[in-house]
Amino acid sequence: MDKMMLLMIAGMAVVTYVPRMLPFVMFSGAELPPFMKGVLNNVPYAVLGALIFPSIFLIKEGDFLFGFVGAAAAFVLAFCGANVIIVVLGAIAILSAYTFLV
Amino acid sequence: MEATYSVKKTSDFRLGLQAGLSIAIGYMPVALTFGLLARTTGLTFAETVLMSVFVYAGAAQYISLSLIAVGTGVVEIVLTTLIVNIRHFLMSASLTERLEEHQLYKKLMTAFGVTDETFSVISTQAGKVRTAFAAGVMIISYGSWVAFSGIGHLMGDVMPGFLQVSMSIALYAMFVGLLVPSMKKSVKVTYLAAVAAAVNSLLIFYTDLSGGWSIVASTLVSSLLVEWVWQMKGRNHHG
Repeated sequence: MDKMMLLMIAGMAVVTYVPRMLPFVMFSGAELPPFMKGVLNNVPYAVLGALIFPSIFLIKEGDFLFGFVGAAAAFVLAFCGANVIIVVLGAIAILSAYTFLV
Repeated sequence: MEATYSVKKTSDFRLGLQAGLSIAIGYMPVALTFGLLARTTGLTFAETVLMSVFVYAGAAQYISLSLIAVGTGVVEIVLTTLIVNIRHFLMSASLTERLEEHQLYKKLMTAFGVTDETFSVISTQAGKVRTAFAAGVMIISYGSWVAFSGIGHLMGDVMPGFLQVSMSIALYAMFVGLLVPSMKKSVKVTYLAAVAAAVNSLLIFYTDLSGGWSIVASTLVSSLLVEWVWQMKGRNHHG
């Protein structure tokens, strides 16, 4: 096994773990001002928006419609109240059909 | 009822496993492909699995492969990994508001499991989240990521082409599946997602900001702006 590869993996592991771990230490027991609390509570939904767009349309290079069909399928299923697992499997199934038909 | 109470602690963990199943499914094609790419890039099986075990960050692992392929040095790869993963600082900070208080060592263990996907599943639960639930989500996700990275290295293109392509939607479908129920409950959530999506799209298409940084920037802009607007609105209403 290559020592430089191991060193790289170890370095990557450290710089990945540290940003994840710091907030749990820094904010431990700290009482944040209401505005800051509100912002932190907003983060999950903002992150979801940023993670979905525009990446969902760029999944298959050169085929914008592929991502759009997948996004539409997921949205409709989710809006109808389907469980997350159903949304995932449903979107995969519809895109499989799309791949065959187009 | 009594039986339910007596296994409550187990239930939280089991509920976490169930909630994390969608992540495990979503990780399968991504991890398989990573394993395959790692092999073609020249990593051994052990190196591939070690990276998934100790780094556990998909975007960074993929980027490292492309950098390795062109002979990039270790220091630059590590720095790139830091930049790509800096958004998890923001996610962990948000999680501190949602997870129940616990001993420091449990927090440090929980920190290891923070990814875009586990964060999204855990933080869209209603109310305070138990550590046992978070552990369930993280363990099933982590297990999937490590196992399928190894399998990908060993078996290469094990999935038929069309399925591999269509399964690439899985994680995005999960994000949509988590976001939409919250959007239905709260118009604020809709604004948060829409503003972040718009800013992120602008940053990615019109600037050189890397994926990791644009997610941080758009999340902060959206979270701060909407919170400020909401507080202004609240003040006007009461004033």
